Amino acid sequence: MAKPPIEPGAELDGFTIGERVHQGGMATLWSVTHPGINVPMLMKVPRVSEGEDPAAIVSFEMEQMIVPRLAGPHVPGCFGTGDLERQPYLVVERIPGKTLYSRIGELPIPYEEARVIGGQIANALADLHRQNVIHHDIKPSSIMFRPSGECVLIDFGLSHHNQLPDLLQEEFRLPYGTAPYMAPERLLGVRDDPRSDLFSLGVLLYFFTTGERPFGESETLRGMRRRLWRDPYPPRKLKSDYPLWLQEIVLRCLEIEPAWRHPTASQLAFELAHPEQVKLTARSERLHRDPLSTVWRRRFNQGVAVPRAKSNVSEQLASGPIVVVAIDTEEGSAPLNECLRRTAAQLLSTLPSARLACLNVLRLGRVTIDRTLDEQGNNKHIDRLVALRHWAQPLELDDSRLTVHVLESVDPAAAILEFTRVNYVDHIVIGARQHSMMRALLGSVSAKVAAEAVCTVTVVRPPPSASAPLQEGG
Amino acid sequence: MRLAIFADIHANRQAFSACLDLARARGAERIVCLGDIVGYGADPEWAVDTVMGLVDDGAVAVMGNHDHAIGTPSENMNAVAQAAIEWTRGRLSAAQRRFLSQLPLTQREDDRLFVHSEASQPARWHYVRDTPDAARSIAATDAHVTFCGHIHRPALYSMSSAAKMTSFIPTSGVPVQLLGGRRWLAVLGSVGQPRDGDPASSFAMLDTTSRELTYCRVPYDVEAAAERIRANGLPHFLADRLLVGK
Repeated sequence: MAKPPIEPGAELDGFTIGERVHQGGMATLWSVTHPGINVPMLMKVPRVSEGEDPAAIVSFEMEQMIVPRLAGPHVPGCFGTGDLERQPYLVVERIPGKTLYSRIGELPIPYEEARVIGGQIANALADLHRQNVIHHDIKPSSIMFRPSGECVLIDFGLSHHNQLPDLLQEEFRLPYGTAPYMAPERLLGVRDDPRSDLFSLGVLLYFFTTGERPFGESETLRGMRRRLWRDPYPPRKLKSDYPLWLQEIVLRCLEIEPAWRHPTASQLAFELAHPEQVKLTARSERLHRDPLSTVWRRRFNQGVAVPRAKSNVSEQLASGPIVVVAIDTEEGSAPLNECLRRTAAQLLSTLPSARLACLNVLRLGRVTIDRTLDEQGNNKHIDRLVALRHWAQPLELDDSRLTVHVLESVDPAAAILEFTRVNYVDHIVIGARQHSMMRALLGSVSAKVAAEAVCTVTVVRPPPSASAPLQEGG
Repeated sequence: MRLAIFADIHANRQAFSACLDLARARGAERIVCLGDIVGYGADPEWAVDTVMGLVDDGAVAVMGNHDHAIGTPSENMNAVAQAAIEWTRGRLSAAQRRFLSQLPLTQREDDRLFVHSEASQPARWHYVRDTPDAARSIAATDAHVTFCGHIHRPALYSMSSAAKMTSFIPTSGVPVQLLGGRRWLAVLGSVGQPRDGDPASSFAMLDTTSRELTYCRVPYDVEAAAERIRANGLPHFLADRLLVGK
């Protein structure tokens, strides 16, 4: 069959081709329109003729398989694909604006801005990973932002879908990707670990906050392999004012072993959203790279490591959920809080990578003017934080797995739901009180949370013996 | 058009019934049977009659090595399989035996090839165990996609235009688009005797318009099928393996 021409004014499967927007090494981008579709669109046409890079074909095939399956605000919408047999193309939503690459002349950017951008990217990655896809080419030029602020990931030509054939699997002898951002395990042929994307995001954060690429720009395999044993200079060596929490996060992303990075992109986003609660380890203060003895041990023990089992992306994500426990610190909630703690302990015992966020809502009056201090002059906010820590203490959780939060709101249920949504919480544990004056007056917080939450909700009730009023002894 | 493709039914009535029910509920318009209708299981008469009826209604069917062994006693098989074949032969009518012996080794329909074992030497009953086996089969045909069974473990292989291979263990229920730019070998799991560790019955559906292939798993009454095997005096090993899918 003759290939239909691709030129301005031509029509292909109902799409009218407009101007050429970009001519790249792998593909050409055209603006297109289609009657009935009122979204700006791009047609991506791969360069597949004789003598072109064979990677262009396989990358196109991967996008052709993966992009139509993706959904949500963090990916461009897909409106059509054409097969290699006739005229290969992919029509996707045109995201307005420029990629993050346009910022490269302004580096380093302020820490606070990097924190916000990093959090947006981590949230987008979390959403992508939940759809069983690992991006594998996270770098400034594959990141855009919607006018509403949501990060959009583009270019899925190197991606891996955990439930679809991986066409890049045996295609290339060398790992394919963008050298400065590539995770070390990729150099060993591992393509099914979502934490590879966290490494790339760590490279990006390092680069954007220091102006230096942590592993240089070497494109040679030899140069790239160094990252299998050689750690980068800690950012604090380059910038003495580098925040401890940020170095902690960035160096954790850049861990050589995926298991030492954040368990999930959601957890990384959570840390970036709550920098004051990042558990600082020895990483945060380092000024030097690892000693040579460590580096040599890594280098010459290569291959000694046990071969890893094939990972299951959704299982891995499920093993590292963010669990919120909503705790009432009022008088008389002790039996319920004990039950909540027992439920939390059971959840955490089976999920070693889970993290727990303890939540308490400081109810604000709708009319009254609230004061930070109570009648005795104590700071209510701090009192509550102390109470939450006290509640969590018997769980004996490492600080890296525990955070405490006091929210202030006139509507506790709405505050819990908002926190859950913004932080991509996976599971809420909340108590229901059977006989409460507040409940009678204001309706049940747990019922509203259970009804409206987008994640799993466990409603805990104390056993009847614990909640029933004590009988008079006789 | 939606095709439902079944391989290695092996006279397992409970499993095949469950698969047919699900395939019909999912809108199957055409049935393909990739051979080994009999052998191992305890309901060969029902299995052959069912496939004969489907073929009368337009289904495609090819011959498997167990179907072949019914008419050719010299077929090379292990003792357990041989015992089941001998037992099966005594149960089938002349018409049923004739139907099995007249099945073709391969069937071609548009850009699809149906074969029991693999395409390079269909009468030699070679297993597709790995990527080189799959490459040999794909190279032997110009079909866009070849469907086979025989090994009782689902797998999906593809060959790019540059003759590079990929292999994949399918996720049940997740459609895979069989891209036009490469050629595919879809190895189906078994309806009647799964061996990939999951006792649930296995088949696949192909949407010929969207070119999406979906591997399906169907839980069925394994206990009943195993009990039929024991009650008919067939080797107990054949009943036991159904329970664990190995």
